[in-house]
Amino acid sequence: MNKKLVTLPALVLACSSFLNPVLAEESVKIGFVTTLTTGGAVIGNDMKDAVELAVEHLGGMAGDKKIEILFEDDGFKPEIGKQATDKLVKQDNVDFVAGYIWSHVLMASFKSVVNADKILVSANAGPSAIAGKLCNENFFSTSWQNNQTPMAMGELLNAKGVKSLYVMAPNYAAGKDMVAGVESTFKGEILGRDLTKWGADAQLDFSAELAKAKASGAEGLYVFYPGKAGGAFIKQYTQAGLQDSLPLYTVFTVDSISLPKLQEAGLDGVLGSEMTQFWSPDLDNDQNRKFVSGFREKYSRYPSFYAAQAYDSINLIASAVVATGGDVSDTAALRAAMMKADYPSVRGPYTYGNNHMPIQNFYGRTVEKDADGNWTTVISSTVFENHQDPFAADCKL
Amino acid sequence: MDSAILITQAINGLQLGILLFLLASGLTLTFGIMDLINLSHASFYMLGAFFCASLTLITGSFFLSVLLALLATGLVAFFVETSLIRRLYHREHLDQLLATFGLLLCFDTLVHIFWGPAGIVMPLPAWLNGQVGLGGVVLPIYRLIIIGAGLLVALLLYWLVAHTRTGMLIRAGASNRVMASALGVDIKMLFCGVFVLGSVFAGLAGMLIAPITEASIGMGNDIIITAFVVVIIGGIGSIKGAFLGAVLIGMIDTMGRAYLDTLFALFMSSNAAETAAPAISAMLIYLLMAVLLVVRPQGLFPPRLR
Amino acid sequence: MHQVRGIATFVIMALLATAPVLAYLGGAIFWIDIATRLVILAIAAVSLNLLLGFAGLASFGHAAFLGIGAYAVGIPVYHETYGGLDWLASYSGWVHLAVGVGGAALFALVTGAVSLRTKGVHFIMITMAFSQMMYYALVSLQDYGADDGLSIDLRSEFTGLNLDDPLTLYAVCYGSLLLVIFLSWRIVNSRFGQVLVAAKSNEERVRALGINTYRYQLVAYVISGAICGFAGVLMANYTVFISPSMLEWSRSGELIFMVVLGGAAFLFGPVFGAIVFILLEFYLSRFTIYWHLPFGLLLIASVLFIKGGLSGLLTFSRAGTPGASVAGNPKE
Repeated sequence: MNKKLVTLPALVLACSSFLNPVLAEESVKIGFVTTLTTGGAVIGNDMKDAVELAVEHLGGMAGDKKIEILFEDDGFKPEIGKQATDKLVKQDNVDFVAGYIWSHVLMASFKSVVNADKILVSANAGPSAIAGKLCNENFFSTSWQNNQTPMAMGELLNAKGVKSLYVMAPNYAAGKDMVAGVESTFKGEILGRDLTKWGADAQLDFSAELAKAKASGAEGLYVFYPGKAGGAFIKQYTQAGLQDSLPLYTVFTVDSISLPKLQEAGLDGVLGSEMTQFWSPDLDNDQNRKFVSGFREKYSRYPSFYAAQAYDSINLIASAVVATGGDVSDTAALRAAMMKADYPSVRGPYTYGNNHMPIQNFYGRTVEKDADGNWTTVISSTVFENHQDPFAADCKL
Repeated sequence: MDSAILITQAINGLQLGILLFLLASGLTLTFGIMDLINLSHASFYMLGAFFCASLTLITGSFFLSVLLALLATGLVAFFVETSLIRRLYHREHLDQLLATFGLLLCFDTLVHIFWGPAGIVMPLPAWLNGQVGLGGVVLPIYRLIIIGAGLLVALLLYWLVAHTRTGMLIRAGASNRVMASALGVDIKMLFCGVFVLGSVFAGLAGMLIAPITEASIGMGNDIIITAFVVVIIGGIGSIKGAFLGAVLIGMIDTMGRAYLDTLFALFMSSNAAETAAPAISAMLIYLLMAVLLVVRPQGLFPPRLR
Repeated sequence: MHQVRGIATFVIMALLATAPVLAYLGGAIFWIDIATRLVILAIAAVSLNLLLGFAGLASFGHAAFLGIGAYAVGIPVYHETYGGLDWLASYSGWVHLAVGVGGAALFALVTGAVSLRTKGVHFIMITMAFSQMMYYALVSLQDYGADDGLSIDLRSEFTGLNLDDPLTLYAVCYGSLLLVIFLSWRIVNSRFGQVLVAAKSNEERVRALGINTYRYQLVAYVISGAICGFAGVLMANYTVFISPSMLEWSRSGELIFMVVLGGAAFLFGPVFGAIVFILLEFYLSRFTIYWHLPFGLLLIASVLFIKGGLSGLLTFSRAGTPGASVAGNPKE
């Protein structure tokens, strides 16, 4: 009996190998890899909700094909993300793979999709390697390349006449991209730069750095702290009482996920802070109004930019399926269709560059209260029009 | 070097040290007395934060919430000790690692189920949110409260261990378990009490840090390894060692973060310094522990009579 | 009683050899990927078991060796493709093996020489410390992608072997697992191994015989690290991606769990542990996003109710087999 207990898993492995699901010919299958466990699940859930809303808004159909979404969890680990991707590609035989919040998960999963001649749509991660020398014809992004948003911030700071800046970001690849980005366009002086510990035991206490920033006498503080580090940073910034003396400029730190929590805790130091982004809930176009009001109605909260990108990724895929008359086996035709970006994007019309990253506008956004008193972001200016990332030149496509 | 910043950094280092002490005191007691490696200690840190954060949002009173949350954390610890932990005392260290890691996964998931994945940003009453100026150095009041609370707990523990009968038993247990039970001490009760007390301190640490960072899933998993480093450096079972070790680690970590890049920039390009400094400062505490383990494996302040 | 365990082991190893291959040939091509990852982790766990199960040395830093092996593939391939570091740049699998196994052995020699001066729980902590240092060192390597990691453009080249073919890769990994188990068996049953096992139960007595146990343990530590580095080379060829996340302390923990779960001090124990671990992780996460809860409960239950791990279960012995006790300090 005990022996059975042990051999059972092996038997399960053997048996289930042959339980390959029968392919449903009339549907288009999209695998969506995101983070559904750990604290990162808060982003993953926002994306999942947006994907479901997108399918609902499309009436569940892409042309005459039914849309079928398979969600997979990456557990915030590259190895698990790759395994989930392999499963989608090889076992579930999906037609497209989309999602990916984290650069390292995308890097690990990238080849599993593009080498199988399927199309990969990144709904968030945009590492420089994939925009540049590793670029691939089967890869498309509905987000941005890491450097673009901070480059826009540098330009925004120039326009506002800010002469000196203190810079803070976590010490990892994306953090360094965010620092390099702002420094490439900002014309003033960088008075100090702190790269804080990141990873499993990330540093969440920024008091030391804030003290240095304050003492530097800079006219502005530029930070990048994604996820829970963002909430922690804003808190300490407010507690240190810096909002009057050291105005805050952020990228990917304050979003619709963190704002309700900050509001609930009454941390009004964030009100009036500025950021740059390719999109905002108040961006004025039909598709965005439909998306934001639909999202707010269904989930009673503002969508985040992650949600916007996920929503677009499904619509982009659907547009390509319609354009090819539902023939998802013809990857070349799908690529050509996607390249046109011929669908109503929540960011308004945009085009694709040679590296299949969007060439799009970037806006300055300010944190404000909406008519109901909810904290949200409002567009204050257009910083870049049709901006292309700097790594496109390294891409040989 | 600006002396005001230096003082600010020293206060920050002290505060990190105090938090580490609150975590490490429970670890070092359970380690020293019950010979238990308890990874799930991290869960009580997280639970304390979540209890306190959600109670604060409900009651609106920070202090009432801290009291209630301490009670709640203690109750959970009592339940966990009686149902699982006491079966592990006589098991091997790796078995303990395995089981308490399992427990940690359970708690992380339970928190995900009850509170969702987003975590809670915890507000502070306005009077705690202010600043005080001390001779040119401006400090958030709340930081000083944390340091004060930590010192109070340290004093309380010192009094408990050095001047009470319970403390005598704890000391006896830490230095010689067999002798303690030979003295007719109710070992079961003592162990349970020590475990609950240690867990409550971990919970308190979580409550104190939550208003600075936030209550989030797995928040304790980040810091527990550092707390273990503190325990080893201070000497297993030693409260004094845990306190001094924690302050030492807190200082080294904070000062390393703040000044290592400036130091490195003296002999390398500033770009290289900015890249290398965070990596080296992250390694510093492990380096310290490795060196210490070779030179003085019993730790800096091992409990006497060992 | 050991007969039952023997038969079960044979059946499991045979299934592991055939099931993924049959599934692959039958068109279910995904399973061979999961089996490859499983077998590679099993090799790493077997290397750990050599220390933990037989020598009684609980290393909590084996992820570092896995990482060194993986970066030994990634870095030479990167430079061969994009230039620089000509003395290291290469697509050749032999170079990767030499650098990976050699590098891991060297790291083991240096850190082991220091770590082995400590005992018990201090050994657990110091090996963890060295692994963490390696982690932060790799995080700071901007050229190799730092945290984002590095995509490996080409798999290791061996004449006559095409590792791009999943079947070939799996065959290599499975063959390596058997080889590593055989090697462990030879080591454990040699005089060298006997000294290690004897030192585990009573180090003082072995010392009294005039044997320098430190040297024996250091050699064992280097061998174990080298094998784990070898597993890292295979891992890089499976994932075609490297990142510091391969060296997180939780990975070292997972390897320990595979060993303890499967049954330490039994040569095939870690393989059982790896199978159960990977399959639980995969299947539980199918059912619910809250799968860590049942997973955690199973971990606790396995500690409380299965002494000597799964292979101990197969011997029907309630007290566990004499050799099956795990490292750490034995308690009164």
